[in-house]
Amino acid sequence: MSDRDRERPSPGSPAHAGPTFEELEAEPIIRREGSLYADAWRQLRRRPMFIISGILIVILALMAIWPGLFTRADPRACSLADSLLRPSGEHWFGTDVQGCDYYARTIWGARVSITIGVLVTACSTLIAMLLGSIAGYYGGWVDAVIARLTDIWFAIPTILGGIVILRSIFSTRGLLQVSLVLIVLGWPTMLRLVRSAVMATKEMDYVDAARALGVRPFRIIRRHILPNAIAPVIVYATITVGVIISAEAALSFLGVGLQLPAISWGLMISVAQNRILTAPHLLLFPGALLSVTVFSFILMGDALRDALDPRLR
Amino acid sequence: MGRYLIRRLLQFIPVFFGATFLIFVMVWAIPGDPIRALAGDRFLPEQVRQELRDRYHLDDPLPVQYGKYMGGVFQGDFGDDFRGRPVTDLLAQRLPITVRLALLAFGFEVVLGIVAGILAGVRRGGFMDNLVLVSTLVVIAIPIFVLGFLAQLVMGVKFGWFPVSGVQRGLYSYLLPAMVLGSVSLAYIARLTRTSLIENLRADYVRTATAKGLSRRRVVGIHTFRNSMIPVVTFLAIDLGSLMGGAIITETIFNIPGLGRAVFEGVQRQEGTVVVGIVTFLVVVYMVANLLVDVLYAVLDPRIRYE
Amino acid sequence: MATTLSRDAVAGRPVDPAAPLLAVEDLRVEFRIDAGTVRAVNGLSYTLGRGETVAILGESGSGKSVGAQAVMGIIDSPPGFVTGGSVRFRGVELLDLPEAERRRVRGNRMAMIFQDALTALNPVFPVGWQIAEMFRIHRGLPRKAAGEKAIELMERVKIPSARVRAGSYPHEFSGGMRQRVMIAMALSLDPEILIADEPTTALDVTVQAQIMSLLAELQQQTGMGLILITHDLGVVAEVADQVVVMYAGREVEKGPSLPVYHRPAHPYTLGLMDSLPRRDVHTERLRPIKGSPPDLLAIPPGCAFRPRCPYGREICAREEPPLAAVTSDRISACHFWEEVSRERAGA
Repeated sequence: MSDRDRERPSPGSPAHAGPTFEELEAEPIIRREGSLYADAWRQLRRRPMFIISGILIVILALMAIWPGLFTRADPRACSLADSLLRPSGEHWFGTDVQGCDYYARTIWGARVSITIGVLVTACSTLIAMLLGSIAGYYGGWVDAVIARLTDIWFAIPTILGGIVILRSIFSTRGLLQVSLVLIVLGWPTMLRLVRSAVMATKEMDYVDAARALGVRPFRIIRRHILPNAIAPVIVYATITVGVIISAEAALSFLGVGLQLPAISWGLMISVAQNRILTAPHLLLFPGALLSVTVFSFILMGDALRDALDPRLR
Repeated sequence: MGRYLIRRLLQFIPVFFGATFLIFVMVWAIPGDPIRALAGDRFLPEQVRQELRDRYHLDDPLPVQYGKYMGGVFQGDFGDDFRGRPVTDLLAQRLPITVRLALLAFGFEVVLGIVAGILAGVRRGGFMDNLVLVSTLVVIAIPIFVLGFLAQLVMGVKFGWFPVSGVQRGLYSYLLPAMVLGSVSLAYIARLTRTSLIENLRADYVRTATAKGLSRRRVVGIHTFRNSMIPVVTFLAIDLGSLMGGAIITETIFNIPGLGRAVFEGVQRQEGTVVVGIVTFLVVVYMVANLLVDVLYAVLDPRIRYE
Repeated sequence: MATTLSRDAVAGRPVDPAAPLLAVEDLRVEFRIDAGTVRAVNGLSYTLGRGETVAILGESGSGKSVGAQAVMGIIDSPPGFVTGGSVRFRGVELLDLPEAERRRVRGNRMAMIFQDALTALNPVFPVGWQIAEMFRIHRGLPRKAAGEKAIELMERVKIPSARVRAGSYPHEFSGGMRQRVMIAMALSLDPEILIADEPTTALDVTVQAQIMSLLAELQQQTGMGLILITHDLGVVAEVADQVVVMYAGREVEKGPSLPVYHRPAHPYTLGLMDSLPRRDVHTERLRPIKGSPPDLLAIPPGCAFRPRCPYGREICAREEPPLAAVTSDRISACHFWEEVSRERAGA
């Protein structure tokens, strides 16, 4: 409360030397100090949703970078003699058909999922920011062309498109191929978001002012528009990481994504599907970790949206 | 209304050709021999390869190829498998099964999703609201194939409430797969309905309706409901795409001999032309369904008819 | 517009024939939000007689709209709560009525129109349907008969080719026509009280005059009481019998409108006058009120207007001014009302 009082200039101060008629009509504004982000951060720190998802994401990131922190076992050192062991003290998650330690494999699976999730999101966000800001800023025919192009892409659902491209173009499919396909199919949604955010920000007076001062378009976009249009992009990108991880797993599960000997949750579940009655642990562990990962990113996106989207306050 | 429909139809044409062209290019215009790529590890005798090259006009120039390909699509020709049987036969046989599954799933997600969303949104912050928010988040986070196996394991194998796989027990055997298929969209619909309802309940016209002396039930059920459904309908259009992707996975898990299962089998048996044919068909269905949803959208929201 | 229903009872309770049409006494409304409690209306009283017009004057956030919504009983609760006072409609206490009975009063016996008819009308239903809904819900008329009634009403508020326009949607009307639709809807059941919340603010000046004269004409025909919420002093002087000036949730000046208009006894009213161009008094230049309204979460102690008041003195920061009787029918909440009212003594 006291902060708020300090914010408001006292009556009669120079700032109020020439009040206008509008002031008579003005709402008693409850001023917020600091930027949107400082404010959002202050709010987020107290949110259980944010704290839980934040901790989970940090753990998963560590898992992806240093799987050795979590397991000493080599996921590729297998002995057929140990095939399909149930979970035990020695093999926490049991073993798979080849007799590999399933805990180690599940931990190592995080690397592929998170790499693809982050890589695909980063690249499609970059493409979307570039094309989206050009479309949103210039409008006219540039916008029309980009918008129609997006419409066309939109007409092809991700999984269907993924199956066709991966099936017909690549005979061997690794992390790069799968990422590439998901980037190609993933940017249009993000582009629509950036475009509408840029168009909304473009109408602001300070952008007009910058333009009137002769600031170049590229600089206006970079310095004045994007920073203000980026909040919804951050929210959506966070959720997208989860969605992409899920899509990669689905493609691998269907047999058009990653191929053995890659270690991926989708592949593990795909292999497990024929044995769900005899060895359900093969399904449950990678399934659970995959779900927790997707959950963390979506929860984080939700928390960020609550904090960054002032309309919902 | 008429003008809106015509404009929408005109927009549909470039999207239709654009999307089919995109698929066409990705499959047939890649460097190397597309037939070999489609066959994967599978061995095709030289004679079969040449027959397929002729069948798909691969020795023609690219534009002619596309023209002939589109001509085929318009006549319901989606290619042949490697043994020369038309994909259309497969479609005729498998489509009804998928339609049954998809309709059940669609009904399930729309009805339950909207009801859950309304229950949550009417009393924001209440018990139902939190229940719906948490449970939908969990459902959204669990990938559909994990959810499918879990449902199969728990409800089918463990409790024996539903058939575990196949369609031998009529419509009953579709129930569990339909619930799995519709679950993620159900969660999205519930959340969207909730947000939209909350936003609309703040609108000025709701205050007017209250001032008219209408009951709360009528204010929410008649005045706010229709406005709140506008974004939900838009979502349904987009959602049809994920319903199709989901159908491939669900039919695979529950061993339902529909189109989705056919796609999966095509992938497994390295029948590339079948996969491409069915996917092309599904994309066309998706685009047409989207067009229909846009019409429904105009019926719901009189404002957009006059834009 | 004769109705067959008895008007001698309110929600089943007999009316008091001696009571005024509406008596609002010491009404208090709070909003309990995360940041604290906002006392949006803090003691509002007035009476409204048959055929009379009371104007409630104030800036945005002064509590004038909230006060009216409390009378209608349409405050969102939570976060809003009516915490005290009384609202008696022909002697019957409305605040004690259960919601179901209150609903029978709303729209039926008292109606309300809002500032922006574009957002206040439902965008997805034809206007005829929205008017007809009143007859269907309150009178139980079948769809068709209610539709005919709606067309009659649209004709009554002078909407051209009403029969055709009844099927149009709100966004297809001009601002003035939309407000006429709102008025038709509000007047459909011949209410005894109409609350108009800034009915002309969103309109062009020429259309404003048309709407105001339509309201005056309809009031003349029906004898309804009109509560006019506005920030426009000119309108007040023209149409209102009584005026209540509100600032930061409190009433600061109240009385018959012409005396208040010509000789304000509160610095805020005076400030409102000086900030408006006037036809009757030659002013050198407009003098707007300095500063902005207080944050309702942090109203300073003493007189809420003190930070902006040219008459402000040390006592004003300490003591909230009592309601002083300026004349037998006027009050002012200012320590120095006598000094203020001398300002215009010569006018």
